Amino acid sequence: MPSKDSKQNFAALRDKILSQNGKEYWRSVEEFVDAPEFKEFVTREYPAQAEEWDSSLSRRNFVKVMGASLALAGLSGCVMQPPEKIVPYVHADPDLIPGKPLYFATGMTLGGVTTGLLAKSYDGRPIKVEGNPDHPGSQGATDVLAQASLLNMYDPDRSQEVTYRSTPKTWPNFVTELRGKVNENRVDNGAGIRFLTETITSPTLIDQFKQLSAELPGARWHQYEPINNDNAIAGAKLAFGSPVHTIYKFDKADRVLSLDADIFSDFNVGYIKDYSKKRQWSEENKDINRLYVVESSVSITGSKADHRLTVKPSEMPEIAKAIAAALGVGGATQANNNNAAWINAMAKDLMAFKGRSVVVPGRGQSPVVHALAHAMNAALGNVGQTVVYTDPLSPNSDKLQIDQLRELVADIDAGKVKILVIIDGNPVYNTPVDLKLNEERLNKVPLRVHLGEYYDETGELCHWHISGKHYLESWSDGRAYDGTASIKQPLINPLYDSHNAHELVQLFFKENYDKKDYDIVKGYWQTQNLNSVSAAPAAAPETAKTAAATAAPSASPAASAPKPSASPAAGATTAAPVVPKNFEDNWRKVVHDGVIPNSAPQPKTVSATTAFLGQPPAPAPANGGDLEIIIQTDPCIYDGRFSNNGWLQELPRPLNKITWENVGLISPKTAARLGVNRSYKERELGGGDEGYAFINTKGGNKFSDLVTVTYQGAQIQKGVPMWITPGQPDDVITVFLGYGRTKAGRVGTGLGYNAYDVRRSDAMYNGTGSVAPTGERTEIASTQIHFNMEGRDLLRVWDLEEFNNNEKLGEQEDFYPESMFPYEQHQETYAKNHKWGMTVDLNSCVGCNACVIACQSENNIAVVGKEQVNRSREMHWMRIDAYYGGDDLSNPTGPAFQPVLCQQCEQAPCEVVCPVHATVHSAEGLNDMTYNRCVGTRYCSNNCPYKVRRFNFLLFQDWDTPQFKLMRNPEVTVRSRGVMEKCTYCTQRIAAARIEAEKDGRAVRDGEAVTACQSVCPTDAIIFGDMHDKESKVAKTKSDRRNYNLLNELNTQPRTTYLAGLKNQNKEMPDFRAPKPHSGMMGAERGEPEAE
Amino acid sequence: MQDLKEVQRRIYPPMVEGDHTLATVTDKISDVPLKKKTPFHWFIGFGIAFMIAQMLMMTIIWLLAKGIGIWGTNQPVGWAFPIINFVWWIGIGHAGTLISAILLLLNQKWRTSINRFAEAMTLFAVACAGLYPVFHTGRPWLAYWLFPYPNTMSIWPQFRSPLVWDVFAVSTYATVSLLFWYVGLIPDLATLRDRAKNKYFKFVYAIFSWGWRGSARHWHRFELAYLILAGISTPLVLSVHSIVSLDFSVSQIPGWHATFFPPYFVGGAIYAGFAMVLILCIPLRHLYNMKDFITHTHLVYMGKVMMATGFIVGYSYLFEAFFGWYSASQYEWFMIKSRIWTGPYWYMYWLLLLCNVSAIQLLWFKRFRNSEVWLFIVSIFVSIGMWLERFVIIVGSIHHDFLPSSWGMYSPTVFDISMFVGTLGFFFTLIYLFVRFLPMISIFEVRTLLPEANVHGHQEDFEENVVEIEYTYDRTDPPNA
Repeated sequence: MPSKDSKQNFAALRDKILSQNGKEYWRSVEEFVDAPEFKEFVTREYPAQAEEWDSSLSRRNFVKVMGASLALAGLSGCVMQPPEKIVPYVHADPDLIPGKPLYFATGMTLGGVTTGLLAKSYDGRPIKVEGNPDHPGSQGATDVLAQASLLNMYDPDRSQEVTYRSTPKTWPNFVTELRGKVNENRVDNGAGIRFLTETITSPTLIDQFKQLSAELPGARWHQYEPINNDNAIAGAKLAFGSPVHTIYKFDKADRVLSLDADIFSDFNVGYIKDYSKKRQWSEENKDINRLYVVESSVSITGSKADHRLTVKPSEMPEIAKAIAAALGVGGATQANNNNAAWINAMAKDLMAFKGRSVVVPGRGQSPVVHALAHAMNAALGNVGQTVVYTDPLSPNSDKLQIDQLRELVADIDAGKVKILVIIDGNPVYNTPVDLKLNEERLNKVPLRVHLGEYYDETGELCHWHISGKHYLESWSDGRAYDGTASIKQPLINPLYDSHNAHELVQLFFKENYDKKDYDIVKGYWQTQNLNSVSAAPAAAPETAKTAAATAAPSASPAASAPKPSASPAAGATTAAPVVPKNFEDNWRKVVHDGVIPNSAPQPKTVSATTAFLGQPPAPAPANGGDLEIIIQTDPCIYDGRFSNNGWLQELPRPLNKITWENVGLISPKTAARLGVNRSYKERELGGGDEGYAFINTKGGNKFSDLVTVTYQGAQIQKGVPMWITPGQPDDVITVFLGYGRTKAGRVGTGLGYNAYDVRRSDAMYNGTGSVAPTGERTEIASTQIHFNMEGRDLLRVWDLEEFNNNEKLGEQEDFYPESMFPYEQHQETYAKNHKWGMTVDLNSCVGCNACVIACQSENNIAVVGKEQVNRSREMHWMRIDAYYGGDDLSNPTGPAFQPVLCQQCEQAPCEVVCPVHATVHSAEGLNDMTYNRCVGTRYCSNNCPYKVRRFNFLLFQDWDTPQFKLMRNPEVTVRSRGVMEKCTYCTQRIAAARIEAEKDGRAVRDGEAVTACQSVCPTDAIIFGDMHDKESKVAKTKSDRRNYNLLNELNTQPRTTYLAGLKNQNKEMPDFRAPKPHSGMMGAERGEPEAE
Repeated sequence: MQDLKEVQRRIYPPMVEGDHTLATVTDKISDVPLKKKTPFHWFIGFGIAFMIAQMLMMTIIWLLAKGIGIWGTNQPVGWAFPIINFVWWIGIGHAGTLISAILLLLNQKWRTSINRFAEAMTLFAVACAGLYPVFHTGRPWLAYWLFPYPNTMSIWPQFRSPLVWDVFAVSTYATVSLLFWYVGLIPDLATLRDRAKNKYFKFVYAIFSWGWRGSARHWHRFELAYLILAGISTPLVLSVHSIVSLDFSVSQIPGWHATFFPPYFVGGAIYAGFAMVLILCIPLRHLYNMKDFITHTHLVYMGKVMMATGFIVGYSYLFEAFFGWYSASQYEWFMIKSRIWTGPYWYMYWLLLLCNVSAIQLLWFKRFRNSEVWLFIVSIFVSIGMWLERFVIIVGSIHHDFLPSSWGMYSPTVFDISMFVGTLGFFFTLIYLFVRFLPMISIFEVRTLLPEANVHGHQEDFEENVVEIEYTYDRTDPPNA
């Protein structure tokens, strides 16, 4: 009961408000009224300055107030609930069998490249991502980012609502406000409207922007993302005069030269698939491809190279020119080069494979290098064979993204921008420091809208933040690396009040502004001639093609068609292929297949000139110091967008196994020169006496010096921990993007240093700088601390030629002392059942880590956090061991990679020591783990020579967050504290295949039971199946003469075996390493295969 | 005859010094729990020990709440402090039974005055040890699954696992040790019952003395039971630590997988046990003025046993290294090299050699052997050394095993240390309670050492021997020359 004064004031104010018809939008009532009395009223409203009560509270009043309060309390329950259908299944959807997963084709886009995926849906929840075998960019495989994207969808830290200046609002609020503003801007054709997106190849979104530019010709659309193809575009313009998109055909290339291109870290795993097809060795095909890498930092591609040359980034253009000259590119000169022998031998080899070789430049290389690569490919006759050119897939490609950003920044600074719509991306965080969209700059824009999955650094500085749909929640489309379009369909209703780019852009239209993404995408494709594209025979396997995608977007995805995965067992329903007749049929088919056939652009004929060689070199940025510094994306969290993803944070970086952090890579010699990480003695650095290899640290105390890094005059704010890396060129420091987030979520905020602090628009990928020790140290959580095999016969790599010529090489002698326990008794059991086995082809494996994340996703493996990794308690059931070889710490071979998972020993050392029978052998030869029975003595883990068992030292699983409950694979136990766990060969997948087979009364066929790691592998390095089936792939690989058991002398009889790696060296190369003499036995003294 | 007395003292030193009669022995020992005012030092010592024991309790509560991840145990070092401490305590627990049983069977009279508290020490050490296997499991509330109890699922423990053998070995050892100690206590409990003035004490002693009246029939049965228990205990002394050592031998980790572990571990256990007995009895005989019963001779004898077992241990170290080389297995040899000089824990090995091999060399010399202070210091060294030995074997072997990629390091956390120190507190709490409420020295057995007890029988033994000695004496120099 306010005082009389108040009542009077209030009446006066109300009149005042009613008489106003000022600003249409206001942030608060104060702002709207803008009257001194009102301000006073507001301030007095609060108890601290409350006016005195002038009437005592009578009993009658009290009862009235109480009654009213109760009534009002009831009112709040009167919010209209959304309508719900409560009709139970009378006739259930025939495709929806409770407890049986369905697969839907969809796709994920990163950097404008879409990878086709099959998402596994379990009772309407996506729980696993697989590659789409029909999609050219996937071919059934995915990389780590696509695998881990599932966790992003269920991330409890995702933004969950529309907010205005961090106050919760609704989508209709936003629509009203935005449309009002847009209408205001129609006066000058929307000249103040700016869109900032990442690289867009979605045909629908491109079409939307096209139509919008007709309606609002003044509006501008800018594309920028921190990792882009600017250099490739600029290089193409140098070489051809126009921007073209380059497609490589590694499956036709026998000789590959990478100029700093990290082919094996590509999101587009189609390239890795293609490459590995040429790498497969068999008795029939003994010739495999050869990979030359010239690079200025370490990468997994360089590790797998047959010949690797490290140069400083600044030397790269000269090296490229020298190679071009050696390949006979006109105009190129070989000047002042120290690596002439290497280059000439390599060039000679490439020349011998004209039309069957390929030169690939890295995206961080300067345009000149790209242009030279085009010229080299032309000189080698590769164009049309291994290299295909098309028009760019993204519009406005003639303008570099950095220039587009520059224009936007100029317009903002000039005050021209009235509405800025930032769609996805996090430009506040990731724009170059000289074009930073910082608070000061953004405040010049009167209305800022941000659409994103996270309320991140950018969302914080925008007026409106619209929570973005995850790709598993939204309809969209996109193009693969070769331009093949595909429709992305949602697997689940958006978990939150989220929207996507299509819906946001649609709001700018005068008409039909409130369309749903489904209608927008379908509407676009209705205008396209799907009939013609679907005339081509679809490569899709015969599958049930039912009511695909006809459902409204809000309907349960269960209404969409099921799609068998790579494993036919999961959806063995067969139906007659539907011959498409009309749009609906076509639409269903393309949504179902996940690929729109023949939608790739036609190859374009262009001819490379070398006129650019005559041009003066681009002005180099000012010299910033005596060191060269390379800026790279993080191998796990990419440019920072995945920084709140615990799976990726905890994923060991392929080369140094660091988790939860970014470090600066430094060569051993440079570290010694600069006095960085110095206190470690040579022996500790070397880590053993069997030749040099590498540990960065003494034992497990993973300490690194923190240094300040200055790059082109600017300094990274946080200290950068240094990590001594063999193979890193001297005087070159590599720093990684993606960390130093200030608003990523509870996982990613505050980790690592931020390399965007120093990244400049004129030095995006490398530049000069200096480092200075701060005197401080930090502890780095790394899952492997010793990278030397110590002369043990663990990871075999043979020289190809020697191996081809020596039939005896690689044979493993199995002789063991007589045992009291007869081995044969188990064999009788195994003979009656499936005999599961696996081989891992170390020649194919590129160490990309996809299997590790696939395993984590499939098997509900917990994330433990940095502190626990530091205590070496990571839970990954599968790890990829890396070992360096060679005697020179500065120029080692490798590291070579060896995926290690449970070896499923027939004579398992873990089983005999378990006191409670918690780990026992199955009749099919699996080493089963009974979580319920485990009391946690950890004896099994101690006795496991492969150390593949993982123990729940604490309650690592998050049992409370509701989102994670949805995400988990219901077929795999969620393990509790105090229990040992390990790889089971995905026993749930085997069981699913077995059930299908038993229904038909037959044995499981080869390829029906597919482990998670196997199905995701981009190189087909993991082969799993029944060893009894003589025709199975696994049985064949077991008889490959590269096959060997790890730690064979322990007589564990592992079911997992390895195929030795091969190194296809060129004898004429100056860095040719002659194979060591072998006598065919294990052990250091008896001559072990060379540790790569 | 004066010379003969001297010879007698030298060859058969008296096990009871001073002018004690049967009555004074009883008075002196039984007065500690019954009559004497509880000394101030007891309150101090007990208070400290009890507080430290509370730390153990808090650690266990936190452990149960959070999980064993509060320790530093990790992958690959799946066993660390808890198992080190378990083996260490079990080792300490060996001396009591050895003294009681084996020395009894060997008719070593000098065991009499120290056996009681050595046995008590054994029990308490086994109690401390027993905590670890239970609480080191991931799910301690299910640790009973290691016992072969009948359950509805008809699941038995897996008898191939050494951990199950451990369960049997340790629980049998604990049971037999308890019985042996308790049976030996019965006559003394009866004495206390008879002498107790406080009716509550009298009642409790009465209950536990089972109506002992000291009749000839009682004594007859007692002697028989005691002898049988000694017979049962004797193999247990050898079996317990042998089986504990099999936890390691059965596995295939280089550094664990060694056939000579059982004797090596038993030798080490007796070594550690005697060291702990010395650590306890040197202060006790001063604080409670028991020098007449725990004589200088006792200390010297124990020092000699410690030295002998120390050499067994030293020999084992030598041959561990030799086998590492002789096996021609690169893993074994790497492990030895890593243990001794290339590995990150090399200093632990050298500390171990300092404590277990170097320190006991002092006992060659009479000067040190006869000095209580030096014996005490050496015993402390040995106790630390035996702990280090287990660290070197357990952590030192497993942190670097077959695959270098999986190598790791171990460092204890504050909870590892509080658990260990806490068990020390628990141990000393029990020791303090024991000396306060029970006769720390066997009254009736010490009485048998007095000349009065030897009016017939034993004296004759002596005289026979003396004749022998005299015979030798005639032909050689006088003993005191």
